[in-house]
This record gives sequence, structure tokens and C-alpha cells, in this order.
Amino acid sequence: MKVIQLGASVTASNEKDAERLRAKMKAGGTLLINVMSSAGAGKTTLLSRIIRDMPHTSIAVMEADIESDVDAVRIESLGAKAIQVHTGGMCHMDAGMTAAAVEAMDANADLIFLENVGNLICPAEYDTGAGKNLMILSVPEGDDKPLKYPLMFGKSDALVISKLDALPYFTFDVQRCIARVKKLNADIKIFPVSAKTGEGMQALEDWLCERMAEWQQS
Amino acid sequence: MHEMGIVLHLAKTLDETAATEHLTAIGKVVLQVGEVSGIMTDLFTDCWDYFKGRHAVLKNSTLVIEQIPAVTYCDNCKGTYATVKYGKECPYCHSGETWLLKGNECIIKEIEAE
Repeated sequence: MKVIQLGASVTASNEKDAERLRAKMKAGGTLLINVMSSAGAGKTTLLSRIIRDMPHTSIAVMEADIESDVDAVRIESLGAKAIQVHTGGMCHMDAGMTAAAVEAMDANADLIFLENVGNLICPAEYDTGAGKNLMILSVPEGDDKPLKYPLMFGKSDALVISKLDALPYFTFDVQRCIARVKKLNADIKIFPVSAKTGEGMQALEDWLCERMAEWQQS
Repeated sequence: MHEMGIVLHLAKTLDETAATEHLTAIGKVVLQVGEVSGIMTDLFTDCWDYFKGRHAVLKNSTLVIEQIPAVTYCDNCKGTYATVKYGKECPYCHSGETWLLKGNECIIKEIEAE
């Protein structure tokens, strides 16, 4: 027996898979966005609104869940290409699973959303190979979530504060939430929106268009 | 289940290492786990004992877990302190401008193999 010093991250194999997928998506000019949030924060509702608001962008969605295909059926009813991914009991998507889903979907899209498993912990720990990470925090969840789940807020490129129309019924303080998030991640873009009324959606959709243009150019 | 995902990645990483280093059997696997990595070490070991059987090169391996203590750095007074005992607020100056220095990692330190 010999001793081999590794000093490698346990997820080293995942990081390699993620880089490979990112390079492939870049070459194909498709921006993959990893969407993370708690269960019930409104991921599918937000994506449905974006699909309706951006009819000239070819959008596809990968729905990752432990069970069922209700989300994929919802997205397909809007005319966008959707694929349901079952994680086999796992609480997150990794780069290998994401690459397999991209392959299986075979979509010639400008923008692919990976709707990750609803959970604020594990999805933040695995690089999926996405070009950008976007997270959603809904008003009913409370403005203290950045304090409890700092990793996800720290790793995301953008935060959507969703269900803004519910603000009168909760004690959620948008400015306090933004201050807490900025402390964890000074560069994060924050979009308070209501997918129901459309409030704030334009700024988020402009950001998506800018990121797509940037991804296809550089 | 969080531990299962990490175990699957560990097995895959070691499998790939065995292939590139031309190893036929891996014995001891020393893992360094941060105190606030969120990994339940008992559960992790049970999970490992179940999944290692799926890889020929790993089937007789044993997992040794070394804990890395969590340390937080204070931006205000430039001191460091034990994260688990004091949390986010610096015990010296009571500032909240503090950052985790170490204790969140999960690293394969070394393996014994032939």
C-alpha cells in the first residue's frame, strides 16, 4: 500500500463536469441559468411569466424534482420546450445530471432555465455548469433568510424577491432584506417582482437579455 | 439526502483517481470535514459503507474522517474566534462584520492504495 496525497475537493469530478458543460453551452451560444429557491417560492410561476413576456426568445426549461411532472406540464402548456428530470431522491442537481438533461432535451434555445430542486441548502453546493445562478426568495418566506442560508445568497448572480403583491400581508422589509443580501454578496443584482401583477418584471427581463447578449458575444 | 450526493461524488472522484494512477485497490481514505460543512459524519460513513460496494476498487476501503474546526474572522477588530461557540457576532467587539475563515470544507486529504 502506498499513500497518495490528494488534497482534492470531494466534488472534484463534479467541477470538471461543470466546466465541460459550460464550455459546450458557450460554444452553442445557449445561456443556461440555474434557478434556485425554497419549495413554493414561485419558480415555475416566475418562469411562466418570463416565457409569456419574451415571445421572441427561444426558451426551454428543465424541471428538476424528486417526483412528478406537474411543473413540466405547466411549462409545456405555454408552448416552451420542457423536460422533467427526476433526481432519484437527491436534493440537488449536479453537473453530470444537468449535462444529461441538456443532451436529452436537444433544444436549440437561446436560454435554458434549470429549475433546481426546491431547497436553499444543497443546490448551492454543487456547480451545475450553468452560466449564471439566479435565486428566488418569496415575500412569505421572510427577510431573515439571507442570515440563515448565506451560501446560496453568496453564490447567486441575481436574486429575485418574488410575490411582491403579498407585501401588505407580511412583515417582509424589502430594504432590510437587500441590505442583508448585499453584505453577503456586494455584486448581486436584486429584482423585487410580482409575476402575478407584472411589477418589476421588465428590469429582470432586461437583465436576462443583457446576459444572453454577453454570453453569445464574449 | 445531502450525504448521499456527497458520497456519490466522492466515489466517482476516487474511481477516476484510480484510473489515472493505475490503482487496483484503495484502502484507507482520509477525509477532512469542516465543523460547519453541514455533513453528518455518522450518516456519511453509513452511506459510504453502502455505496463503496458498487465500485470494485473501493469495496475494501475504509473511511477516516478528520474534523477541521470552524474559525471566523472579524473585519472590525481583525481577530479570529471559534465559529460554533460564538456564531456570527464577534465575541470581542460585537461586530457582525465577520466571515468564515475555515470549517466549511470537505477535502480528500490522502488515500492508501496499491
